[in-house]
Order: sequence, then structure tokens, then C-alpha cells
Amino acid sequence: MFGAKTGRGLVALMFVASIAASACGGSSGGDKVIKIGGLATLSGPFAVPGQDGFRGVEQALAKYGKKLASGNWQMDGYQIQLIKEGSDATPAVALEKAKKLIEQDNVDILIGPLSGDEGLAVKDYAKTVPDKTFVNGSSAAQDTTFRDAAPNFFRFSTDGAQWMAGLGKYAFTTKGYKNVAIVAEDYSFPYTQVGGFMYEFCAAGGHVVQKNWVPLGTKDYSSVVSNLPTSGVDAIYVALGGSDAVNFFTQYNQAGGKAKFIGGSITVDQSVLSVTGSFKDQLAGTIAAGPTADSATNQEWLDYVKAYKAQFTDGLPFPGLFALSYYNETIGVLEGLKAVKGDLSNKEAAFMAALAKVSFDGPTGHVSLDANRQAISSNYVTEVQKGADGNLQNVVISKADNVDQTLGLGATSPFLAQPVSRDFPSCP
Amino acid sequence: MPKALVDFLTVLLNGVTLAALYFVVASGFTLIFGLMRTTNMAHGSLYMLGAYAGVSAYTATGNWLIALVAGFAVVVVVGVVIHLGLLSRMAGQDLRQALVTIGLSIIIADLLLAKYGGLTFQIEPPSVATGSVAIPFVVNGTYSAYRLFMIAVAAAVYGGLWLVLNRTRIGWYIRAGIDDRDMLSALGVNVSRVFLFVFALGAGLAGLSGVIGTTALSISPGEDGRYLLSSLVVVIVGGMGSLGGAVIGALIIGLSEQIGLFYAPTYSIFITFVIMAAVLAVRPQGLLGRPA
Repeated sequence: MFGAKTGRGLVALMFVASIAASACGGSSGGDKVIKIGGLATLSGPFAVPGQDGFRGVEQALAKYGKKLASGNWQMDGYQIQLIKEGSDATPAVALEKAKKLIEQDNVDILIGPLSGDEGLAVKDYAKTVPDKTFVNGSSAAQDTTFRDAAPNFFRFSTDGAQWMAGLGKYAFTTKGYKNVAIVAEDYSFPYTQVGGFMYEFCAAGGHVVQKNWVPLGTKDYSSVVSNLPTSGVDAIYVALGGSDAVNFFTQYNQAGGKAKFIGGSITVDQSVLSVTGSFKDQLAGTIAAGPTADSATNQEWLDYVKAYKAQFTDGLPFPGLFALSYYNETIGVLEGLKAVKGDLSNKEAAFMAALAKVSFDGPTGHVSLDANRQAISSNYVTEVQKGADGNLQNVVISKADNVDQTLGLGATSPFLAQPVSRDFPSCP
Repeated sequence: MPKALVDFLTVLLNGVTLAALYFVVASGFTLIFGLMRTTNMAHGSLYMLGAYAGVSAYTATGNWLIALVAGFAVVVVVGVVIHLGLLSRMAGQDLRQALVTIGLSIIIADLLLAKYGGLTFQIEPPSVATGSVAIPFVVNGTYSAYRLFMIAVAAAVYGGLWLVLNRTRIGWYIRAGIDDRDMLSALGVNVSRVFLFVFALGAGLAGLSGVIGTTALSISPGEDGRYLLSSLVVVIVGGMGSLGGAVIGALIIGLSEQIGLFYAPTYSIFITFVIMAAVLAVRPQGLLGRPA
């Protein structure tokens, strides 16, 4: 141990060193620096998705620019500095971190957050800072853009209802599921997913006989499993994410349950499929829908996966839905910045106008924005199958392009008359 | 049997098996508090450390029992280090010890995040407790064997602790220490060594329960806070420092969680805290606790 005097000397030395370091950092390169705040969940049930979301941001930055020694990315005529913040999937913490990024770190553009209720909270906050640009991360609640939209909030990823496009019809018509029970977490994102599934499934003539809304973060699902009907349902629609999905499937398996599954978009995401456990045998044959499909074969997707694997040796076997969403959002931002040559003057007005017009061909299909600054893009219906290497993966059944936020029903459809909720839509 | 009754009995069994897990987690917590008056805020992190140690041991050997022993042993060693290195230097300063353990809990949780990442891990149940068992009065007529096994584990932990506390010399010291530390010390007992034993044992139980919980559910970052909270609620309801209180507290919390989840899912978390507030209002020392 060193004495008090040496200790103080050391602190002073470190202080001087840190000033020197920051001075050097500031003087490298003459370009102006645009600050982008990244917000994703790094603790709680969505920690893995959050890490993958940030990989998406970094992959997009690496595609458009070059990483400098200072950690910034060099673009054409300007630099981008990425400041990351982690939340825990609760709206309160997401809001606090968004405020920290905007007010303390003075970021020009915020990319995030990750989950549904967080997105609603950040959208409301966006209205109070109209001169900053907010771009979604992967949060997918319908009303982040559909009702009461914020003019400075942009979403280049599709929402949780769009992610269900094609699934309800496929479950009813091809799989022949007539009666379905639902297990989903009790917040805005699963409402949106269940709603999107039911738009098609109910319209086709199917029945949702039971809905179990469980509190987010429930770990012990044994009583939910007990509550599921043992006869009279053809399949169970499960919209749980991360470790919660793992727990549910394990307990359903341990309780001897035999029903087929229909998955939400994050239920059979890679972050769940890459866990080891005997529950996984039961997941084969699960149908689901979402904006990504591991086994897609279009060139943009193959290039994207190749770049992901090259850049992140510690990444997931395939970039998940969260990586893709954050990637597309960041591509949107970088395209917008390119259009205005990094000009964020006049309260970012020119940038926001350019951003609303951005459209590009992403890894899974064409992305463009509607009048609410919400993405219109592609969606897959998938089925979980065991790959040649033994890993479970999603195999593409069908793909729909240019899916809008109403799933083609039109904004005046009775299914869109109310916001999705625990009780709406309903077809018992 | 009418369906409503079968449902209810199933939920009761779910509650009791969850209570078994909660009891094993909280037993170490209440043991440490009872003697040392230290609220060990790192208890949840020690649970997580045991769980991950068990995962590593299970991955290497494929043997559940080895995983269980590894989870216990690793955390006992860490517990000894924490006690000798930190807590024994501030003996008798309960508040400082609590603050130090909060710091430790953050450090341990972050180190585990760095080593194991954010992925979810599971341990497969031992072969005696895989699959399901036929029970006539539950839904479907079958019930998870491992969850029944957890009741046996909880009973074994209770029995073992009861024997240690009531039938061994160190148990005499511990019980005497709970009543009057100073007098015990004056009688020539090396109190600090008794403290070390209790802290290591309590920590080891946290590690052991980590392996048990990871087998029943799973382990991922953030579980530390959940189990620290459940332990706090269990011992606050049951009475700090009382083993029987921990049993009753765990049963009340486990049952209320599962009954709430079945009959009123939206309010299931709320119900737990209403019970805690009600107990604190009527009996601030907990159901079986003694007034401080």
C-alpha cells in the first residue's frame, strides 16, 4: 500500500495525464463532430437484444465511415461520435437516459430505445425538444408513430403489428389452427404483436379463446402454464422475449405440455434459439413472423450477415431482429446526413426534411417512410427448423414487401378503430 | 373433481414449490442477519455467482450434483474472503457493512456480466428429477418432478440448519450470539470465528440456491436484484433472523405470487408488497421475529 502523500501525487499525475489526453483527442482532425446518442437496454430481460442492437448501430457506421483512433467515425466532411447509454427496458430509465444524452451529452441525434413502452415515453419526450432528431431503435409499439405522432420522431423499422404480417392467414389457412390461446407480456409491444396477429387471424375466421397477460419480468410461469386450456385449442401464441421465453418454454415442457406454438417476433429470435436447454426440441415447427429471417438468400441479406460476422466475432450466430432494426435506423440517419452533407443548422430542419424522404434497400427489402415518418417495409413468415449444423433457425415460408402500418387494412378498418390493448381486438 | 378445485390445488402446489426456492435463497440471508445484524445486500449477487459457477461446472461435467457442490463451494470461498477482507474490519458497524455489501453486489454482478455476457443459461435437472410425475389432483394429472424435488431440497436445508443450530456446539454459540454477542465473547468464545462460519455458510446457501434456481428457471443478468428483493420480503414478513419465520415468509410470498398470477395477473406483484406492508404495520418485527 502506498501512503497518503504518494497517493495524492499519483492522483495529480493522473489528472494532468487526462487533461493531456483530452487535449490531444480534441485536436485530431479538423472536421466538425456530430454526436449521436445510442440508447438500448443493457440490463434486465433484454440485455442480449440490447447488445445486439448496438452491434447494428456500429455495423452501419462502419459501412459508411472509418473508425478513427479517437473512437469517432470519419464520414465525408464530418465525424460522428457515438455515445452509448443502457437502460433496463423500463420507460422511466429510458426517459432518464434519453434526457441525459440530449441535455448533458448534447447529442444531435438520438437512436433508440429498444422496447415498446420505452419508445412511447421517448416519443412524448421528443415533443418537448423539437430541435433534436429522434430516430427509433427497435421499439415497436403501434402508437409510437400511428396515433399522436411526434414531428421529430422517425422510425425506419416496422412496428410489432407489421412484424405479424402474413402470420394470421398462414396459421388459419395453411396450418389449420382455428382456436388459439395467447400468452403475452402485459405492455404495449405484445399488445401490438397480438393485435397484428389477430387482425389477420380474426378476419380469416379464427378464434382467440383465451388471453393470458403476464407481468413483464415474471420468472415463474407455472401457474400460467396451469391456466392454459388442455383441449379445444390448436396452438398457443407466445409473445415473450429473452429469458422470459426461455423460462416459459422450459416450464411448459417440464409440465408435460404438448401444444404447438405460434411465436411473436422476439419469441424465436436468435437470442432465445441460441440458449442451450432441452425445451428447444419442442420449438421445432413453431411458426412466427418478423422482419428478419436467418435463411433468407437475397444478396443484400447475405452481404449484411457476412459483414456482421466479420465485424463481431463475439456476436450471435445470426444478427437478430434488434441488430437489424438498429442497423436500418442508423442507415436511415446516415443517408439523411449524407443528403444534407452533415448540416444540422437551423434546428436540424433541413436534416429532418431530408430524413423524411430517405428510402433505401436494406438487408431484408426496401425501406421508405409514410406520412407519419413510419417505415413501410418487408416482412417474413418463418418456421423454426433444425439446420444442418444442429442449430435451430428460422426458415422462410413467405415474404411480403411494402407492408404498411395497417397491414393493408387501411386506416379506417374497424380493427384499427381503437389502439391495441388487452381486450382489443377480440374474437373469442 | 371440479376444474376450479383442480386449478386451485395446482396453483397451491406451484406456490409451495416456488416458496421452497425462496426459502433456500432466504435462509442464508436470515442466518447472517440473525447473528451479525448485517443486512447482506450482496446476497443476490452471491446467488448469481453460485448460479454461474454451477453453469460452468455443469457445462464441464454434465453432472448436476457437481454443479450444486461447485455453486456452494465457490461462494463459500468468496464469502470467507469477503468476511476476512472487508466485513471483519468493520465488526459491529452494521450500516457500514450493509453499504460495503451493496458495493460488492454491483462489482460481482458486473464481473459476471463481463465473463458470461447477457445470455440466458440453464442447468438440466438431475436424472432423479427429470420429466413429470403423475399426481391425480393437478391440471393434466402430471406435475414437474424437479419442482417437487425442490421441496425435498428445501426440507433438507431446513433440517440441516435446524440440526446445526440446535444440536451442535457451534449452533449453541450462534444462538447465544443472537441473544447477546458481548456476553458470549466475555465467556471466552471466539466470536469473530463464529461470525466467519455463519457468513460463509449463509453465502454458500446463496450459491447453492443459485444452482437450484437456475435448474428450475434460468439465470441471466438482473436476477441478483430479484432474489435479493425476494429474500428481503421473505425475511421481513417472516421475521429477521428466524429460520421458521423464513419458512412462513417464503410460503406466504410464493403462494401469493402464484395465486395472484393465476387469478389477477395484473396485480400479482402488487399483492406481494401489500402483504409486506400489512405485516409491517401490524407486526413490525415480522411474524416470528422478536422485537429489536
